Amino acid sequence: MEQNNFHHALKIREDLCIGCSHCMNVCPTEAIRVRHGKAVLYGDRCVDCGECFRVCPVSAIIIDHDDFNFIFDYKYRIALVPAVFTGQFPEDVSPQQIFSVLLDLGFTHVYEVENGTALLQEAMNEYADKPGISKPLISSFCPAIVRLIQVKFPALVDNILLLKPPLDISALHIREEMRRKGITNEEAGIFYITPCAAKIAAIKDPVGEDKSPISGVINMDVLFNKVYRKVKTRNNQSCSLPVYTDLPATARCWALTNGEAPLAKGRTLAIDEINNVIDFLEKLEDDEINDVDFVELRACDESCAGGVLTVSNRFLTAERLRNHKTTTPEPSDSEHPDGFRHIRENHAEIRKNITIEEVKPRSIMKLDDNIAEAMRKMEKVNRIMQLLPMVDCGVCGAPSCQALARDIALNQANLHDCVFIQKILEQKGELSLEESIKIMQEIWGFGKTNKYRDLKGL
Amino acid sequence: MHFEFQVEGGNFSKAGTASSQLKKILKQLNVDSRDIKRVVVALYEAEVNVVAHAYQGVIIIDIDTEKIRIRIEDEGPGIKDIDLAMQQGFSTASELVREMGFGAGMGLPNIKNNTDELTVTSEVGKGTNVHMLINFSI
Repeated sequence: MEQNNFHHALKIREDLCIGCSHCMNVCPTEAIRVRHGKAVLYGDRCVDCGECFRVCPVSAIIIDHDDFNFIFDYKYRIALVPAVFTGQFPEDVSPQQIFSVLLDLGFTHVYEVENGTALLQEAMNEYADKPGISKPLISSFCPAIVRLIQVKFPALVDNILLLKPPLDISALHIREEMRRKGITNEEAGIFYITPCAAKIAAIKDPVGEDKSPISGVINMDVLFNKVYRKVKTRNNQSCSLPVYTDLPATARCWALTNGEAPLAKGRTLAIDEINNVIDFLEKLEDDEINDVDFVELRACDESCAGGVLTVSNRFLTAERLRNHKTTTPEPSDSEHPDGFRHIRENHAEIRKNITIEEVKPRSIMKLDDNIAEAMRKMEKVNRIMQLLPMVDCGVCGAPSCQALARDIALNQANLHDCVFIQKILEQKGELSLEESIKIMQEIWGFGKTNKYRDLKGL
Repeated sequence: MHFEFQVEGGNFSKAGTASSQLKKILKQLNVDSRDIKRVVVALYEAEVNVVAHAYQGVIIIDIDTEKIRIRIEDEGPGIKDIDLAMQQGFSTASELVREMGFGAGMGLPNIKNNTDELTVTSEVGKGTNVHMLINFSI
């Protein structure tokens, strides 16, 4: 098995996994195999997109976040809330209500992630004018996409916009504001309410950054339940209307599809859903797409509104954010009602730290570092492909014949894992029935292979 | 390693299939991504030339640890004046082809810019052979 060198928010709970292979079949980077009746993850291939999480019928794939009570380790507890969070609630629950409940739950401050977009948009457009920039620029907003490019499209890493996403920019602002009030980093905990697994991985193991300014992550579905329950039980009585500032529509819709693209310079495109993105990146890498200046690529359908940890229908969430009417004017003075000044007050400091380092490729495509060795392995893959049935049945525990051939060439599987090959080996007398069943049990465990044997009759 | 691909004249929806397949092979061989880009650009242009001008063609690829050699042999009208065809902006592409976004006269010059060796031979009324070589940077 290949080594897992990267932090993944997605974890497979072996005790719950029934080895149904649904996750294996939807994984866009073929990062999952079935062994001993359980799904296993190739850590170097996983990009934390969460497609496996969506299809798991028994909730055996979990997204590893921080315990809510972890916030109380800090004297100051800041909830960093993305607009899609308020979009989870029914129309009659106002953002003011939601934010005041967050304060009731124990946060001392609430800050909207999309505040960071104002400075990002400005930096983005300056960046685009720099000489020698590879076009099209690819947005760094979606961490699953950044990781996808690293592993599957290494030639395109130079196109990634080397600027921090709004989340990090807002967190930098909060850190600055805290520092101004004389509050240390140890006293202030910034907690991001995440709609997906990829953002968690990006915070715990950032690409192009040493360490994230964010202290912890809370899954959106978990917090939604906590907040909605309180909204329901307290009948709005104690709504203290403390913190709400209305974002401009462009900022509020930033995380939706077409949230960034129309704001970037030149000819721009917005593409959502990871398989659509893969198709597009193939074309881009084939040099079939020219004269595009900026592409917004998001792993989820309807972008963050369709995040794997959202609870509301993604189309309704997007509609709610788009239709939201600005009810209160932007504060005219620079003092933010929740105690933070406007993000522009820290313009200089943030702009100094807004860039990320070069994103390094880490190809999962290469068969070997050495070209001669890679050629030898490719010849082996091609030979094996001649023998396989090309039905992609998945009975071998790999998602396709191609994936099995590759696994065999890399000594991670055997030719006799293929059920078609097994039959022929049995016929030739090269494999006993017992051995054949043992192979199946090594892939699928005992439960599945013994079901029919233990049956007394139909 | 040896690979061959067929190219169908006039089928623009399939133009780029061979270069895309070759890209996948080179990625697996851990060839430097800049070299892959040169190969893909050169082969894509050559493929489009066959699709735009010829009836059919074959792409023959040989890869070793140091270089890639590509031969594109087509059956088609051939090129009357190769030196002229090598000039940037020169094109004999039909109106229809231009409407599809091809035929800007950048094909052969672009291939030349991305290859270490390029030879074009042609017989009018029979077809064109393009040989290209790209050395891998190590």
